[in-house]
Amino acid sequence: MPKIKLAEKTIELIKEICASFDNKEGELINVLHQVQSKLGYLPAEVQEVIARELNMSVAKVYGVVTFYSFFTMKPQGEFPISICMGTACYVRGAEQVLSEFKRQLKIEVGQTTADGKFSLSSLRCVGACGLAPVVMVGEKVFGRVTSPQVLKIIEEYKEVNVEE
Amino acid sequence: MADYNMHVLVCGGTGCKASESEQIKNNFKKYLSELGLADEVQVITTGCFGFCEKGPIVKILPDNTFYTQVTPKDVWEIVEEHIVKGRKVKHLLYKDPKNDHLIPDATGMDFYKKQIRIALRNCGFINPENVEEYIARDGYAALGTCLSEKTPEEVIQVVKDSGLRGRGGGGFPTGLKWELTRKAAGDQKYVVCNADEGDPGAFMDRSILEGDPHSVIEAMAICGYCVGADKGLVYIRAEYPLAIQRLKVAINQAKEYGLLGTDILGTGFHFDIELKYGAGAFVCGEETALIHSMEGLRGEPTVKPPFPAESGYLGKPTNVNNVETFANIPVIINKGAAWFSAIGTEKSKGTKVFALAGNINNVGLIEVPMGTTLREVIYDIGGGIKDGKEFKSVQTGGPSGGCLTKDFLDVPIDYDNLLKAGSMMGSGGMIVMDEGDCMVSIAKFYLEFTLEESCGKCTPCRIGNKRLHEILDKITSGKGTREDLDRLRILGNVIKDTSLCGLGQTSPNPVLSTLDNFMDEYLAHVDEHKCPAGQCKKLLHYSIDDEKCTGCTLCFRNCPVGAISGEKRSPHYIDQSLCIKCGVCLEKCKFGAVLIR
Ligand SMILES: Cc1cc2nc3c(=O)[nH]c(=O)nc-3n(C[C@H](O)[C@H](O)[C@H](O)COP(=O)(O)O)c2cc1C
Ligand code: SF4
Ligand code: SF4
Ligand code: FES
Repeated sequence: MPKIKLAEKTIELIKEICASFDNKEGELINVLHQVQSKLGYLPAEVQEVIARELNMSVAKVYGVVTFYSFFTMKPQGEFPISICMGTACYVRGAEQVLSEFKRQLKIEVGQTTADGKFSLSSLRCVGACGLAPVVMVGEKVFGRVTSPQVLKIIEEYKEVNVEE
Repeated sequence: MADYNMHVLVCGGTGCKASESEQIKNNFKKYLSELGLADEVQVITTGCFGFCEKGPIVKILPDNTFYTQVTPKDVWEIVEEHIVKGRKVKHLLYKDPKNDHLIPDATGMDFYKKQIRIALRNCGFINPENVEEYIARDGYAALGTCLSEKTPEEVIQVVKDSGLRGRGGGGFPTGLKWELTRKAAGDQKYVVCNADEGDPGAFMDRSILEGDPHSVIEAMAICGYCVGADKGLVYIRAEYPLAIQRLKVAINQAKEYGLLGTDILGTGFHFDIELKYGAGAFVCGEETALIHSMEGLRGEPTVKPPFPAESGYLGKPTNVNNVETFANIPVIINKGAAWFSAIGTEKSKGTKVFALAGNINNVGLIEVPMGTTLREVIYDIGGGIKDGKEFKSVQTGGPSGGCLTKDFLDVPIDYDNLLKAGSMMGSGGMIVMDEGDCMVSIAKFYLEFTLEESCGKCTPCRIGNKRLHEILDKITSGKGTREDLDRLRILGNVIKDTSLCGLGQTSPNPVLSTLDNFMDEYLAHVDEHKCPAGQCKKLLHYSIDDEKCTGCTLCFRNCPVGAISGEKRSPHYIDQSLCIKCGVCLEKCKFGAVLIR
């Protein structure tokens, strides 16, 4: 992966977050949560800064980041699509919905479309099993999704242009 | 509840929120204030009512009217007809599926009749973001009693006498655990609430935290008093933003009211609660892994002993209990051990909350006395199988549990009976499957989950499960042999016997239980290369019946990969090398000409 250079501002932000947890090693997971919620992902360069601030090895930080599925080292699409693969959704046909998303977007789980619009992931039970199968786009929950509906959901977001 | 003479309760659980319950609430507020009724009718957001299948739910008190599948557009009608004119809005009432009768109030619903709500007592009744509503329903009375009238030993004795066992899966006696932590040597001790809820398809703990966070906070403080801890930690999944927010609000309110913090209720007892976030790792629900994760490390389990009660968080004695276990505590203190232990079976007291899901009519959250049979849960409460299909199996215990057949429907649910039947209680996931579900695929599904979630620390779990999965994949692709079935069994038992933690020790259960209970289905895959449920795609074969095909071209136009060819008004043909077995042609053909085998 090509190295990215972090902006001064970003480094400051990370330092501030670490400081707000007293630069304690034991707060690593909380720090990672906050940094990811601000930056969207945790590339190696960000992990290096965190390691320095918390006075621990980069390997340890990396070990934690890769252990937990909630943390990601890759940037997400503008509209992250997550398909619930919890048991309730699975028995109500989540697999077909997932394969339809893959087919329509021409990407696999964990990838982002070339235009950066959509990324695809699967998650386990969002707690809306009554609406199974469930798909989330960003924070929005779509319930009782069927294969033919997949294209409609994608189209809906294709037209949205996020203004800065 | 103040001076209001009517209350509108809108479900704010995750499921209903996803179906615009927020907008529903806002509409109520808007219309009521337009009509000048804002001071007479109170609108509140509650936690889950449990009847998620027909959400969003709106309940009107005092007449207990239960409206289902309400949309923001229906609100005006409810306000005008029901609230102003006192006439129920018929088309939003719940219809009994057995006889199509309209059910005017919630108490008449089969769904609620067989339930006893202890842990869920407040869910759907109070506004979880208002501590006064909790207090109005005996909230914090138990904490008050414990701190001012009872010694820690006396409280522990009550919990022991009640027979309460851990609801997180293990079923360890709660009172005994508290006693062990109390007796452990240590200057600093901790109380931990396990809100990691990793079982996919289960949402009990989340609903309790969203609907009644104070019950957990109160119980943690009581536990702190008993074991001698002044600090509590809730380990909660980051994927539960609503529960986290409600918990934060509740902790702050409790502090404001002097129910948490220093010198609680003037008794000199201190107790504080802090939140710790999980980050999407199932194994972190295991208590030793959870403790490592709270310390900021990789969530890998370690060998027990030492148990957390001796050496837990930061090496100090730590009492870990599940959310639902805690939610039972205040009621046990208030109503007494004898009251609680009168409910349930000989060795399993009280109730259990289940997240009922899958191919069942009433998906939702239920709480039943221990000893209720699976049949009562699935048919009476759950309303039977969806679309009139045939029941095939019920899975309890999540990825650690097993699949039971209809022969087990009359088993009374408790810890010991479910174990004997080859499954387990688990944390409360209950997934119902019908004839369209392939049991080999289900076993594979659970194993995929385990594979992803194994922490990788020990070999049998990391590698053994991978091999199990490969064999299952071979079988669902039609390449399995009878020897493979033996291998599944041998390997599965080795993994069970040699893995370090509960995850590995139970991961083969879905495979072993389906081998025991659905052998014929495995044999069909292996001997005849057929999937009786028609779910294993690689074993399906689509073709078109020359006799029935009218050449309408509908399938031809809809096939996503162009696998179908044929002239108008003459029989069509499927090119097997192109077909991806999506089933669209079967769905589209109006003449039943597409055959599947
Ligand atoms: C792999 C694995 C996952 C677990 N997940 C959970 C969980 O999500 N929630 C929970 O409360 N207990 C879970 N447990 C059980 C805990 O280790 C522990 O027994 C429980 O939190 C103790 O609380 P209780 O006695 O109140 O049940 C899990 C155990 C294992 C082995
Ligand atoms: S059994 Fe699996 S999850 Fe548990 S310690 Fe071993 S590898 Fe990790
Ligand atoms: S199953 Fe799907 S891919 Fe195969 S022929 Fe029918 S429509 Fe085409
Ligand atoms: S399994 Fe998908 S929401 Fe619960």
